[in-house]
Amino acid sequence: MNSMTSPSFGDPMAPLRREWTRHTPGQRLSRFAVWLVCVAAIVWAVRSIDIIPEFLADAPEQMADLLIRMWPPNVAHYYPEVHNALIETLHIATLGTLFCFILAVPLALMAARNICPIKPLNVVAQFSLVASRSVNSLVWALLFVAIFGPGAAAGVFAIAFRSVGFVGKLLSEALEETNHGPREALRAAGASWGAEMLKGVWPQVQPAFWGIALFRWDINVRESAVLGLVGAGGIGLVLDDAINFFQWDRVSTVLLAILAVVLVAEIIVTRLRSRLL
Amino acid sequence: MSATHPSPEAARRVAFAPNWPMRLALLAIVAYAIWASSRLGLSWDRLGHGLGEGGRLLARMVPPNFERWGLLLEGMLESLQIAVLASAIGIAISLPLGVLAARNLSPWWISGPVRAVIAVCRSLHYVIVAILFVKAIGFGALAGTAALVVASVGFIAKLFAEAIEEISMKQVEAIRATGAGVMKVLAYAVLPQVASRFIGFCLYQLDSNLRNSTLVGIVGAGGIGGTLFAAFKRFDYDFVAAILLSIIALIFLAEIISGRVRAALR
Repeated sequence: MNSMTSPSFGDPMAPLRREWTRHTPGQRLSRFAVWLVCVAAIVWAVRSIDIIPEFLADAPEQMADLLIRMWPPNVAHYYPEVHNALIETLHIATLGTLFCFILAVPLALMAARNICPIKPLNVVAQFSLVASRSVNSLVWALLFVAIFGPGAAAGVFAIAFRSVGFVGKLLSEALEETNHGPREALRAAGASWGAEMLKGVWPQVQPAFWGIALFRWDINVRESAVLGLVGAGGIGLVLDDAINFFQWDRVSTVLLAILAVVLVAEIIVTRLRSRLL
Repeated sequence: MSATHPSPEAARRVAFAPNWPMRLALLAIVAYAIWASSRLGLSWDRLGHGLGEGGRLLARMVPPNFERWGLLLEGMLESLQIAVLASAIGIAISLPLGVLAARNLSPWWISGPVRAVIAVCRSLHYVIVAILFVKAIGFGALAGTAALVVASVGFIAKLFAEAIEEISMKQVEAIRATGAGVMKVLAYAVLPQVASRFIGFCLYQLDSNLRNSTLVGIVGAGGIGGTLFAAFKRFDYDFVAAILLSIIALIFLAEIISGRVRAALR
């Protein structure tokens, strides 16, 4: 990082007169370029984004109006409608997490280079994991609503297919970090491939596996709350209804219910993780 | 796997003792899956029917139709603008909030409420926030930007605060001892210790804002999501395929670029 300018040899006083600068000119130039790119991007976005000035002007007023209409939340709406939808949301999140492993485990095994030595299979698996991750769960939900029709089934599959990429990637990374010794020992003892995986690899990735599963379940609880907006079941459906009917006190009840479930899920996951790991 | 240690004779007899608690847990999970599936109306013939429908859907999506590329490009650019603006504003808000929420720099009566605000920002899904903003301030990119700003604050302000809490207080004390004010302490004692991690968080947030900005349009908050949803509702599945491919390509590109930048920073 540090550099000195004006090095003049032969002069014994030179070390005292050196001028220290933090960055070399090249570094300074590249830092300037990075800042320039950032500023240019922001300026471009501000200048060309399609914002209606009147909307921006009365935004605070409108927000205040919305909040006043939402308060106080009408708790009478909670049972049975919101409650049942909440339970359905939890089922969607949990079932989606369970089903994702049916696809994620084989793909993770295929993607891990030390388990599957066939290069093209690695690439295929990696690509499917990336594709699954790039498509958002709401978009997956749209696709599955077109396939299964509206309802919780579409939600379960949307959550499962979105989770495959995340779980598969983390799981294949955990698999690649495993020690080769136990597998080699099992193979030398004549163990079959299945036994090798179950007794040589599984014990090594087990802690990572449970951690990933819990982490993803937590995310899925959040995500399944919005799937109903495109008709894929759960509490999002109730929220959408309430918004479309402008029943803002009902909306705030639903929002508080979602907030509570998300917080409880986070607490459960944190507790379980600290016990497991 | 199990924590029990069998005696040497028992170990000789069964090399790998069956792990009954684990097997029972697996059985319970399977039982739950079957029960919950039946409650949600998932059945084999519905699955079979869905597979047929899925085949038809895929057949209609191929080949992707890039004919309306103008519309596609417009939506993608708007998504990009939303992502850039939301990241910039979100980072600008998160910097002071992160400092205020750090328990080693600010007193508890400031950090507590600020932490609560950050937690609320993080708990609500950005699509829900986007709906609220669409209802409050109207359709368009402004609502999407506002929603993603909230999401960004929830995420980066928390990480900022955690990073600041991990700094070494010695340098802060040293700068304070010279009689420096709060801003100078922040600039010369705190920031140098956390700057590289901050840049990492910001890059990550830009990346995830880009993903999310392709989606907020579904609820009318601007960007490519609106085009996608409209195409879906009109059953233009070949155009849907084109949009999805473009989104995947954009996210893939962003992931590669941010990976490069992160590697260069290290």
